[in-house]
Amino acid sequence: MAITSIKNLKEFSTNNDRLEGAHLLCPGCAHSMIVRELMNCTDDNLVISSNTGCLEVSTAVYPYTSWDTSWIHIGFENAATAVTGAEAMYKARKRKGTLKDPDAPVKFVAFGGDGSTYDIGFQWLSGAMERGHDFTYICLDNENYANTGGQRSSATPIGATTSTAQAGTHSYGKKEKKKDIVAIMAAHGAPYVAQLAPNKWKSMAKGFQKALETEGPCFINTVSACTTEWRFDPKDTIHVTDLATDSLMFPIYEIIDGHELNILYRPKNVIPVEDYLAAQGRYRHLFKPENKHVIEEIQKNIDAYWEMLQRREEARI
Amino acid sequence: MAKEFELNEVEVWDGNYAASQALRQAQVDVVAAYPITPSTPIVEGYGSYVANGYIDGEFVMVESEHGAMSGCVGAAAAGGRVATATSSQGFALMVEVLYQASGMRLPIVLTVVNRALASPLNVRGDHSDMYLGRDSGWIQIDAFDSQEAYDLPLCAFRIGEHLDVRLPVMVHQDGFTTSHKAQNVYPLKDDVAYKFVGDYVPVDEMLDFTRPVTHGAQTEEDWHFEHKAKQHKALMDAPKVIDEVFAEFKKLTGREYKRVETYMMEDAEVALVLLGSSVETAVLAAKQLREEEGIKVGIVSPRCFRPFPYDLIREALDVPTLKAVCCMDKSAPGGAMGALFNEVSAAAYSTNARPMITNYIYGLGGRDFAVDEAKRIMKEQKAHADAGHITTNIQQFSGLRGPKLGFYETRRS
Repeated sequence: MAITSIKNLKEFSTNNDRLEGAHLLCPGCAHSMIVRELMNCTDDNLVISSNTGCLEVSTAVYPYTSWDTSWIHIGFENAATAVTGAEAMYKARKRKGTLKDPDAPVKFVAFGGDGSTYDIGFQWLSGAMERGHDFTYICLDNENYANTGGQRSSATPIGATTSTAQAGTHSYGKKEKKKDIVAIMAAHGAPYVAQLAPNKWKSMAKGFQKALETEGPCFINTVSACTTEWRFDPKDTIHVTDLATDSLMFPIYEIIDGHELNILYRPKNVIPVEDYLAAQGRYRHLFKPENKHVIEEIQKNIDAYWEMLQRREEARI
Repeated sequence: MAKEFELNEVEVWDGNYAASQALRQAQVDVVAAYPITPSTPIVEGYGSYVANGYIDGEFVMVESEHGAMSGCVGAAAAGGRVATATSSQGFALMVEVLYQASGMRLPIVLTVVNRALASPLNVRGDHSDMYLGRDSGWIQIDAFDSQEAYDLPLCAFRIGEHLDVRLPVMVHQDGFTTSHKAQNVYPLKDDVAYKFVGDYVPVDEMLDFTRPVTHGAQTEEDWHFEHKAKQHKALMDAPKVIDEVFAEFKKLTGREYKRVETYMMEDAEVALVLLGSSVETAVLAAKQLREEEGIKVGIVSPRCFRPFPYDLIREALDVPTLKAVCCMDKSAPGGAMGALFNEVSAAAYSTNARPMITNYIYGLGGRDFAVDEAKRIMKEQKAHADAGHITTNIQQFSGLRGPKLGFYETRRS
């Protein structure tokens, strides 16, 4: 794989730009940062699929397209299957000698939001991972169904308010824990699984490169701060993401071959989760006295998870 | 390079095996599939050809039929020949992606072994799944026996992949009555069959990196209508290519296929319109009734279910002697007349003969349709013809246990 330089952000950001700037994503949306990092980290040809969602509806509205690469969208749930179907065709045609340029290096990548990854497309993703295709699935996790106006997903954390898990006089918002998609994907025995964040752009680009280089099905969950549904100022996307990674609400780590866990970012100063929650409108109600216990619960969960990650890293199993 | 499969001049194949041999001879690049009774042997067949070197393609065993058609769409967009098979619930699960495949103009071939839809769960043959697909934008061709289950997929690749068509094609056969019934089949030699189907010509393929393409874009009120109209036009223009391919196939094999098959319609006084394996039964019954009682019965069968051959049906029914027609639907009508009744009636309305038309629902969930029952229905049509009006309800059920059911009363002027 042709790896591009990731030493300098300015240089990196202008490299091999295959997602055109003219798209309809919200100002401050992290999706385009993540997608562009993926596309900038390799010079190989890309066959990309997207599930229905914010990314898809914002980048391929006929007669326009933002994709300067092969791209396909079928439905809400089946981007993993679409791109692995294409990967199967690549193998068949390569064997038969019907490719126009059989030596052109190519990588297969699927994008989905948390709605299509954690929920409606879960079965399709699991099937594609199990079948062992050579592809990378990237989840743009903004923890809600943002494309349809902010309903709960199984990636929505405890305490966040969404239109279908609302905070009110009798509710503090979502009551259920976020699904641990990274652990589930690692349990598929995938050769490379990671959770990455665009504020730590070097580790993200390196993780993407690792996934693209690794043969077999790879999965990466990326934190994509959502200005409209998390409710923060569009200029604060990276700031909010910094708070997410520094509070360990989103730990950055990788799991190799289903078991070897490496923590990729250790905050020098771990901040209390309260600081992260306070930066977003979706958690405002938690600061009422009657909901303080929820913040305590969130902190407790974070501490326990971080402890678990560290022990697993230490144990090397 | 795939090995040649040695075939006898005459083979004894059931419909499933016949279809799988057609897929092999077309050297399908990718089959993404999920097994379901009664179509499972088609994809098992493809799997065995891959495992034994008779095909160079990729066999992708996905986790559901929705996944199967999704994989087919991704594979087809990557510029190669794609096929799969399904039935019934699997077909129903695929429906979302069927619309997407046709909207994206990807010439996938789907061999459908027709089976009832639950509930109640039933594995036997009827046309519920076939009818479910009728608005999905696919070409639908119906095979009535094993030979046709072999011939028509070969034609289907030619039709769907034709640059003037570029649409997905379903080839139907009846569950069990065709799929599991062994009959004599005359196959083509591998090289002859492949030559007939031809090399796949990629269009807007995702693996040509010199020309990036976007597949599956979004359109709203500004463009959606134009896209759907264009898609409909492609379907409506397809008969030209279908007829050409059928003509070429006849030249090669001597076997003739028409978009509407007619039997003994030249002097018919009454006629049955029906699909699938029942056609053979109906033709036999008609011949016997002509001999035994002198009732002039004809049979009309839309071989091409979509695009619906309105003009050819009208032509087939525009027989001056024709008085009464019974349209037989092998699918639960769900609170309406059967689909075949509605579509055939529309075509018959503009004939000069303008025959009386009634509707029978029959054969649901694999209920047998035998010669005696066909004769009874034909005689009933003769009674309508003699009386000069419909003597029963317009819609009835054939072969049903319990009290007789009839719906939609006729109006006598």
